Amino acid sequence: MNILIYTETREGSFKKQGFELISYAKALSGMTGGEVISLAIGEIFDEELKKAADYGASRIIALEADQLPDNRNLSKLLIQWIKQANAQVILFADNNTGKAIAPFVAAGLKAGIATGITGLPEKTDPFIVTRKIYSGKALAKIQVKSHYKILLLAANTFGIKNDPVVPVIERHNIEAEYFESPNKIISTEKQTGKILLGEAEIVVSAGRGMKSPDNWGSIEELAQILGAATACSRPVSDEGWRPHGEHVGQTGKVINPNIYFAFGISGAIQHVAGISGSKVIVAVNKDHEAPIFNVADYGIVGDVNQVLPKMIEAARKIKTE
Amino acid sequence: MKILVCISNVPDTTTKIVIGADDKNINTAGIQWIINPWDELALTRALELKDAGKISEVVVANVGTAITEATLRKSLATGADRAIRVNTEPADAWTVASNLSEVVKNEPFDIILCGIESSDHNGSSVGGLLAGMLDLNFISSVSGLDIENEKLTVQREIDGEKEILETQGPVLLVIQKGIAIVPRIPSMRGIMQARTKPLQIVEATSSESMTETVQVTLPPEKGKCKMIDAENAGEVIRLLREEAKVL
Ligand SMILES: Cc1cc2nc3c(=O)[nH]c(=O)nc-3n(C[C@H](O)[C@H](O)[C@H](O)COP(=O)(O)OP(=O)(O)OC[C@H]3O[C@@H](n4cnc5c(N)ncnc54)[C@H](O)[C@@H]3O)c2cc1C
Repeated sequence: MNILIYTETREGSFKKQGFELISYAKALSGMTGGEVISLAIGEIFDEELKKAADYGASRIIALEADQLPDNRNLSKLLIQWIKQANAQVILFADNNTGKAIAPFVAAGLKAGIATGITGLPEKTDPFIVTRKIYSGKALAKIQVKSHYKILLLAANTFGIKNDPVVPVIERHNIEAEYFESPNKIISTEKQTGKILLGEAEIVVSAGRGMKSPDNWGSIEELAQILGAATACSRPVSDEGWRPHGEHVGQTGKVINPNIYFAFGISGAIQHVAGISGSKVIVAVNKDHEAPIFNVADYGIVGDVNQVLPKMIEAARKIKTE
Repeated sequence: MKILVCISNVPDTTTKIVIGADDKNINTAGIQWIINPWDELALTRALELKDAGKISEVVVANVGTAITEATLRKSLATGADRAIRVNTEPADAWTVASNLSEVVKNEPFDIILCGIESSDHNGSSVGGLLAGMLDLNFISSVSGLDIENEKLTVQREIDGEKEILETQGPVLLVIQKGIAIVPRIPSMRGIMQARTKPLQIVEATSSESMTETVQVTLPPEKGKCKMIDAENAGEVIRLLREEAKVL
């Protein structure tokens, strides 16, 4: 079974999760046999493209474009290349882009789709994967019955593994028809250089216990020292204290960082739904009965305003050691 | 302009999950069913647009058995004009989308709204599958929608990046939070009116599925939380490096 990975690009490079997807595909190919093929669409530098081979992609395809086709055309372009590459397993990142494109591709291929998977299949004949359901409150083993199988891997759950191969690298152009669209882009607000919440290994998050948006300076400071992304609970983004993109939980982002810091977050079940995949949770709350301590690995009962400066100092020290 | 809001019927988000006797489903005894939170926000926005005179009719549709009717009635009580229920117990997102696609083939809509995910199976697939089956223009991660002279202005938000697009129907929009902040709830008058609003039941045209649930289990219990004195809060940073080895 050939495996094709859709590797997203950002500012001429692969998005970080691309390497994790390739690592996963390489390990999966040990079970299924077949070739590991990465496909990037957009602008990507030669030096960067080669890196896909470090993790096991033996065929590296780049389709050049200054701008991505719309969702529907992007999906159709992928279907064309999946067929061309004779791929049977198609791998996406379990993020907004993957969730947008993968189901349209699935409709075109008549493929079963498993989103939010966190590990290799238990077996490949029948093809059985485990995924979280009920926002992490249960796990389901599902069999993907169709010929084509589409998997979306949750970030930071498999890890990036070096496994170099000698690749064939191809660059192709995209036919003009793929850029026709009924949608006209009026404006875009880009964010550059920022650590993406969905991919971050460390996340510093805060809730209503911070009392006011003016108190976020120390959250940002700690995040900056640790190379972390910032996040928040839902009421914080609903109030407009922080942007919606930072909201984690049942109705926000679901993240799987190595460390999740929760400052002044009560740990409501809907919040925990978004963070239960974190490897280590550190909670700071002045209420020793706050439910966040039921899911945390390390807990501090105390006032965020007193605890944060101490943590910042310790973090700064450890980073300069 | 006519708008279709696809509605998923899900357990209340505070539900404690208990595994069913067959090990393949959850035990639904005593569960409080609600409108999937994203669908509720999509419905709220659709009704706001109708109030503003920009939409002529708001229709809700669900693929499910009779158990979902309370949720559809609630959608009607909130303000939807009519409801369609496709009668089947869906096996996966494919079954849901293929039955919804028949609804749309029988009755075209200018705008179709689907939530970005259903809070039960977290599949995030129905919207994209439906668009794919109908070969329809679709826009994902939509956090804002406005209509002016049949022209749609759509806001998307991904990882802090914002994009404003202009488009026209027919289009399928996959909705995330931001489209509305506070979900609309039924009024007393709405509840009365809902009793006489049409709720049409159509038989399923397809029961085909691409995936099958083999087993459902509960996740492993979490270990105990190690407490650190607030006076000594910096210690946690050392523990993250030396004990948990994650820093
Ligand atoms: C359908 C639905 C979906 C939802 N989805 C989400 C979601 O996706 N994400 C989400 O986060 N929520 C979600 N919620 C809301 C959720 O139920 C909680 O209301 C929310 O998570 C609470 O946010 P919080 O912890 O910041 O605030 P609060 O519950 O107000 O908690 C604040 C905490 O800070 C502590 N505190 C106060 N002052 C201090 C101090 N000085 N120092 C230390 N600690 C202090 C308090 O003890 C308290 O525990 C959802 C709710 C519903 C009904």
